Amino acid sequence: MLTLENVSVNYDAIEALTDISLTVSQGEVVTLIGANGAGKTTTLRTITGLLEPRNGRITYEGKEISGMATHRLVPMGIAMSPEGRGVFANLSVRENLDMGAYIRKDKKGISDDMERAFTLFPRLKEREKQKAGTLSGGEQQMLAMGRAMMSRPRLLLLDEPSLGLAPLLVHTIFEAIDNIRSEGTTILLVEQNANAALHHSDRAYVLETGRIVMEGDSKQLAADPRVKEAYLGE
Amino acid sequence: MSSWLKSLIIGIVVIALLYVLNGMMSKGGFFGAGIDDYTARLLVFIAINIILATSLNLINGFTGQFSIGHAGFMAVGAYSSAYFTVNYGKQLESAFSFLGETGASSIILIIAIVIGAIVAAIAGAIVGIPSLRLKGDYLAIVTLGFAEIIRIVILNIDAVGGATGYQVPGYANFLWIGIFAVITIVVVHNIVKSDAGRALVSIREDELAAEAMGVNTTRYKVTSFVISSAFAGIAGVLFAHYNKFLSTNDFQFIKSFEIIIMIVLGGMGSMTGAVVGAIVVTLLPELLRQLPAIQVGASTFQFSDLRLVIFALILIFTMILRPQGIFGTAEIGNIYRRFRNKLGKPGGLE
Repeated sequence: MLTLENVSVNYDAIEALTDISLTVSQGEVVTLIGANGAGKTTTLRTITGLLEPRNGRITYEGKEISGMATHRLVPMGIAMSPEGRGVFANLSVRENLDMGAYIRKDKKGISDDMERAFTLFPRLKEREKQKAGTLSGGEQQMLAMGRAMMSRPRLLLLDEPSLGLAPLLVHTIFEAIDNIRSEGTTILLVEQNANAALHHSDRAYVLETGRIVMEGDSKQLAADPRVKEAYLGE
Repeated sequence: MSSWLKSLIIGIVVIALLYVLNGMMSKGGFFGAGIDDYTARLLVFIAINIILATSLNLINGFTGQFSIGHAGFMAVGAYSSAYFTVNYGKQLESAFSFLGETGASSIILIIAIVIGAIVAAIAGAIVGIPSLRLKGDYLAIVTLGFAEIIRIVILNIDAVGGATGYQVPGYANFLWIGIFAVITIVVVHNIVKSDAGRALVSIREDELAAEAMGVNTTRYKVTSFVISSAFAGIAGVLFAHYNKFLSTNDFQFIKSFEIIIMIVLGGMGSMTGAVVGAIVVTLLPELLRQLPAIQVGASTFQFSDLRLVIFALILIFTMILRPQGIFGTAEIGNIYRRFRNKLGKPGGLE
């Protein structure tokens, strides 16, 4: 579904990503783990067209999307929950979800999906009329994910959804990821919380200073002594 | 009552009111009732400032792009339309003479407005397309710079009077200026309430997230900048043809700041705020002229000499007490509904 072939990205003279190749197939949850500064967010920013690769190509459903403007990816079925959540602070929860369906015109479908988002995150229903800026960090993350789902994406890109959340909320977020996946949406999950990410994904890539150093089945990686030592703190 | 019928009735009432006020400003008055020239001039400037503040609010308040070059686009509209009326006004007057004097000057004014709006919109596109890549203070500085460039260029064009100023025929009256103030409010209101308006507000809230929702942020930013510039141009046209004299001094950056003050004071992102801000900023310095004088020993102390200092102090205290402006992002309608709900009368939450 999504393929990166030998993608290299520079921030001016500094090479941020070197020769990244990865694939995400239909129906999978793929996670990209790594330490701070390894290039996880840079990879997502490159996929979403915010950065232009110096080398290599990115294809989605057979079409090249390298450097394509973010807003053009949404009608193609890609949705993103950006780093730092990026909720519209002065709009209500409902208005935020409405914005998620910005490219859609089918009123009935939108209101059905709104209900679905509320089922996925009942907390959002309670806060429906509240301004998004007044929500807690965890609720904002739920809103960001619910909003991303409002465009009915085939591929959902999640950037550090568990960042800065209490353990209980991390659990809620990963449960939601399982639910979204069971409804048939493919997910590329960028995470620092390697433990949770590996337990809720099919395959994983490990990034270190801009290179993919390991890849494979999530369960196997979780059992790998090198991963255990470096990322799982065991 | 259906909503279009309601709008029609409100429209007729507003135009009738403007017509009566306009009549009262004319030489004979309206059935004996008259408004003196000073008050008339104030009302005209309030209406022009409403056009300026409401249109600037579209880009600054709703789209969240801090532009401070509005006076530049006003100047473009004023001078381009004035060049047209000065050179072709007389011919058109005779061509439209069958409509009578008022009819002919109204037609010419409308043509001038179309010209001013289009030229200002083009200037807006030329300035906006490169500068809207910038954010925050950078955008502010660039727009300010462009506005000054526009002013200096006009100052050096002898065909529009250069430094000596430009005599312009007085085709505009309060009726037309008032009508265009209302049109500006209605157009900006409808944009803000539409899907495009939601896109603009999402850009203000978080540009990256807006892009991730599928909003073509560049296109929307440029479009709102161009529309905003066009209305600034219209304000310029009306000012030129009411004032009958143009000098580039009228369009210095202080004028841009005056418009910024109106929307910041009223509340960025509030239609009501922009209108109230325009009224307050126009009226307050004039009302302060009437401050009394006090006798201190042998000398008289004129409080009215301090009117600009007092005006500044009022602005400073308003900003300390209400940093979000008088209305914040709320509208008069929201406040009215909240008030009505408090009183427990029918008409629930929206």
